[in-house]
Amino acid sequence: MAALTIRDVYKRFHSVEVLKGIDLEMDSGDFTVLVGPSGCGKSTLLNIIAGLERQSSGNIEIGGRIVDNIAPRDRDIAMVFQSYALYPSMTVRQNITFGMECRNVPRVQRDEAVGRVAKLLQIEALLDRKPGQLSGGQRQRVAMGRALVRDPLLFLFDEPLSNLDAQLRAEMRIEIKLLHQRLGSTIVYVTHDQIEAMTLATRIAVMRQGVVQQFADPETVYNRPANLFVARFMGAPPMNTLAARLEATRGRTVAVIGYGEAAIRFPVPPEAEGWNGRDVVLGIRPECIAEPTRHFSDLPGAVTTIVASVEMVEPTGAETIVVLRLGDERALGRVSPDVRHRLSETAQFAVDTRKISLFDPASGDRIT
Amino acid sequence: MTHAVPAAVQLSRQGTLSALRRLPEYLTIWVPLLLSAGHLVSFALWTIWVSFTPSTLLPVSGWVGLRNYTSVMATRNWTIAFDNLLLFGSGFVLLSLLIGLVLAILLDQRIRGENVLRSIFLYPMAVSFVVTGTVWSWLLNPGLGIQKLVNGLGWTAFRFDWLIDRDMAIWTIVIAAVWQSSGFAMALFLAGLRSVDADLVKAAQIDGAGPIRLYRRVILPTLWPITVTVVVIQLQFAITTFDLVRALTGGGPGIATLLPALVVYDFMFQRGLLARGAAAAVLMLLTLLAVLLPYAAWQYAQRRKAARA
Ligand SMILES: Nc1ncnc2c1ncn2[C@@H]1O[C@H](COP(=O)(O)OP(=O)(O)OP(=O)(O)O)[C@@H](O)[C@H]1O
Ligand SMILES: [Mg+2]
Repeated sequence: MAALTIRDVYKRFHSVEVLKGIDLEMDSGDFTVLVGPSGCGKSTLLNIIAGLERQSSGNIEIGGRIVDNIAPRDRDIAMVFQSYALYPSMTVRQNITFGMECRNVPRVQRDEAVGRVAKLLQIEALLDRKPGQLSGGQRQRVAMGRALVRDPLLFLFDEPLSNLDAQLRAEMRIEIKLLHQRLGSTIVYVTHDQIEAMTLATRIAVMRQGVVQQFADPETVYNRPANLFVARFMGAPPMNTLAARLEATRGRTVAVIGYGEAAIRFPVPPEAEGWNGRDVVLGIRPECIAEPTRHFSDLPGAVTTIVASVEMVEPTGAETIVVLRLGDERALGRVSPDVRHRLSETAQFAVDTRKISLFDPASGDRIT
Repeated sequence: MTHAVPAAVQLSRQGTLSALRRLPEYLTIWVPLLLSAGHLVSFALWTIWVSFTPSTLLPVSGWVGLRNYTSVMATRNWTIAFDNLLLFGSGFVLLSLLIGLVLAILLDQRIRGENVLRSIFLYPMAVSFVVTGTVWSWLLNPGLGIQKLVNGLGWTAFRFDWLIDRDMAIWTIVIAAVWQSSGFAMALFLAGLRSVDADLVKAAQIDGAGPIRLYRRVILPTLWPITVTVVVIQLQFAITTFDLVRALTGGGPGIATLLPALVVYDFMFQRGLLARGAAAAVLMLLTLLAVLLPYAAWQYAQRRKAARA
């Protein structure tokens, strides 16, 4: 059963159109991440799902029930805010039970629920403190506790980790993932951090300027981006996107970068045949370009060895990022830290061509 | 060591430059501030000194201990003025707080014409107390104002003569003062309401809090630092009230609406009892300090807490 259906939702603020026809469907147990650059309408969409904001047109369905005219409190949702939005005058315990207080849940039941959630999130020692006396990470936990105590059909998270430092963020990310696996809850999670999106999601919706660019599982979004925007947005460092043209050579289609002697050729899937003789944008992830001894695959033709000059190297410890010159363009590769390139030297690199994406340079859409 | 010296020279040169650039700032802020503070402090000290002397029409030296204080506190004028202050102070502060808060909450509902209404409510603040007092003395005068109007409309039995009623006259001052300064309380409360994190309201909506619970449990508790500030400002106004009463009732009927400042004035400039007037003034100052010192301590504690968080 669909836990959440968003049907053709538009949102205008005065004359500005912020959401332009959003269609999404999520199953029960899905962890859906809405990701996109700042201002693309993620929070607006989340607020519309919660009922805090009213869509200009379209429907929202939660658990098979159209909720357009239902108040937030009756939508069976819980929300975690970026600012945590803890009630400053209440203790942690009161913060967590405020929803139950509003619904006149008896005291015994409230205490039991607080106990359960506090144990789950390990905040038992904090229950009688005020939010002002908590650290950022502890506030984050309390905010999660306030959502978890409700056991709703749908959890909404609006950038819950963006106010934490890098280390704490990584820890909480793991905890959220564990919680999801343990409780099997349905979650819509907004972030503009593509690493959070990749690690947490079972489905990712990439948004840009109020339009969903791609809605798929993380692997598909990463390996088969629907357009250039998605290709460049997901992944760090981002996918290399290089101007190329398709040619037919000995009955096979190849993508050619550069001209004459220096031209580099990559085999591409036969479905791209229709584009023979035309310009395309070739996308290849940095991790598909590595030192020549790297073993990508046994499949014949999967790996092409190229020669390119090294413009810059950035050792990160675990690996080294190399900036290569391919034809007229720059591309990033990720080589083993044991390989030491000298600047401006020409070197061999192995390229895993199975993961090449081709895009229409005019529309930016994926060709194959 | 060799390059440490030029660095130091450069630093001090930068210091001189920035001091020069800030000269107008010092001249416009610090000089007047020091002058007026000096003025204030020296007159306060002088008044304290006078209050311990046997001065009458003119200040003379000598030491009489607390005699002026005991005799001031023994006068009927002073006891009435102080009782009035308690009544007026609490009535005025509570009412202006309440009305200001209600106005602020109503204005915060994002109604149309908010700017116009806000100006209207704030406008009385721009009027001098003498004008407020005079206008309200007309409005409340049974032969001229509201009573006359309602009587003229046909309700001839209507009576609204607090201004000439010994027991109720103090409330006319409360009315005028509340009229004058509720807008001020409203402005501060409105600023406080507007600075409430919008996510808090959203969270409460999802939790299912209705409007009353939302205000009572979530929004109003965030306002209490502002409330304390408003109370203190209004209280210090109440303690020093002079011109409003002068213009509205002149302390009458009889001495029914005397306030401490009027007693000071009476001793000093009408009866020529300088030392007693000074003693009464010092008593007023002590009352003020009784309000302001705890406030300062509270603010200090708040700031310490904020710095720690
Ligand atoms: N109440 C409002 N009135 C007018 N415009 C608004 C309002 N709320 C949001 N917008 C506009 O809608 C657009 C989308 O805002 P939204 O907050 O949904 O972005 P977002 O994707 O959550 O961005 P971020 O990552 O910065 O949080 C922005 O351009 C914003 O200026
Ligand atoms: Mg946002």
